[in-house]
Amino acid sequence: MSLRQPPLRDRHEAAGAQFTDFGGWEMPVEFDSVRTEHEAVRESAGIFDVSHMGEIEVSGPGAPELMDRLLTDSVADLDRGRATYCAITDEDGVMLDDTVVYRRPSGEFLFVPNAGHDAETDERWVDHRDRWDLMATVENRTEDYAMFAVQGPDAVELVAEAADAPDLAELSRFGATDETVAGVECQVSRTGYTGEDGFELILPWDGAGAVWDAIDCQPCGLGARDTLRLEAGLLLSGQDFHPGDNPRTPYEADIGWSVDLDHEFVGRDALRAVDEAGPDERIVGLRPEERGIPRSGYTITTEEGEEIGEVTSGTMSPTLGHPIAMGYVPVEYAEEGTDVRVVIRGDPKKATVVDKRFLDE
Amino acid sequence: MSFEIPEDRRYLETHEWAHHEDGTVRVGITDFAQDELGDVVFVELPEVGDEVTADEAFGVIESIKAVSDLYAPISGTVTGRNEELFDRPELVNEDPFGDGWMLGLDPDDPDDLDDLMDPDEYGDQIE
Repeated sequence: MSLRQPPLRDRHEAAGAQFTDFGGWEMPVEFDSVRTEHEAVRESAGIFDVSHMGEIEVSGPGAPELMDRLLTDSVADLDRGRATYCAITDEDGVMLDDTVVYRRPSGEFLFVPNAGHDAETDERWVDHRDRWDLMATVENRTEDYAMFAVQGPDAVELVAEAADAPDLAELSRFGATDETVAGVECQVSRTGYTGEDGFELILPWDGAGAVWDAIDCQPCGLGARDTLRLEAGLLLSGQDFHPGDNPRTPYEADIGWSVDLDHEFVGRDALRAVDEAGPDERIVGLRPEERGIPRSGYTITTEEGEEIGEVTSGTMSPTLGHPIAMGYVPVEYAEEGTDVRVVIRGDPKKATVVDKRFLDE
Repeated sequence: MSFEIPEDRRYLETHEWAHHEDGTVRVGITDFAQDELGDVVFVELPEVGDEVTADEAFGVIESIKAVSDLYAPISGTVTGRNEELFDRPELVNEDPFGDGWMLGLDPDDPDDLDDLMDPDEYGDQIE
């Protein structure tokens, strides 16, 4: 199967990017070096091409109900120009994906499934619309829209200048508005996946080059995106949870705050039970105390060597200068300060359970 | 992009180099390899006195984004290892053929070096 390509693929290649297959897309993983790109975002600003992210538009009188019944958070009353983060769950409360949902100024919804999830999510929405007999139009716009993230302490000023819209600095977190950048109409939202301030822009595919050129900062690939989000303790769909390989509820994944049990949605009954009983396992941060970098798939054990879980994400933290990781353990081992072991190439290495918002340490 | 390939040493398909000097064979990874890996953040090496076997893994190198095995160009006994890399793994990126060296080996048979690729052959491989 041939890979899907972002609109600026050839331009990224000319800029020296290395590419990787991510979610069926051929995406830049590194432009200069992961460390250089990572540091730019923490210290000044970086721009990411995240056009592999899906975009699905839902409109019509039945749209609020359709959205509400397929998401863990209630979005029917979401104000125009606002966004929210939540999960898509199945009947068992297992997360199929996580997503950001925008209420457009026009009242319709636009939401962003992860790379490679757009077709199945579109199908899920259409199937449920038909089953529930709702009047709603569902459109997969993934290959109509490019998406960029501009992140870092200088990002707000950069985008505000490029859009000639100083008011953008006043946009609140998870606020969204429409602005023109280099003659291209963009949705600009105060959202991101790095733990830094900044914006994400969703714009017409054909306008990608003009907008990319109008925002002058370090181009960043998916490598830096991964180290940045991991330092911020943010989940990666398909890796930190996966409906087949690693089925997790939002409570296990530590995003219980994104679940509103007071509205009806697929998975609610199962999740209410989990909420009442408490989850058996929970994702935690891991801080290695010995040399070695925990990576996805490595076993977590007790001090005595009993297997209790698996690392889902791990890397060397460029900001902190030591390795960091996340993984699921039974709740009795989830308390901060608990001593565990991570098995690295056969050797159990000491690690401590910590808050996974590593940047706050 | 062109990569440095010093003329004074031999190369392995897996991008390690071997340099014979005064009875010791020094081992490291190539400029091409460090560029492919990206920022090197961790190196695991055998102890002095350990035996390594040609074409078998002797250690591990990790960049931020990848974990890779290191392969021995020839068989021999470890006589030295670059412990500077434990604190400054970035030396592999900065100077792969010099300060970023990894092992010193006492070769079982120095003639084994002749079985490795010469600089031209290695250059063709990474072209």
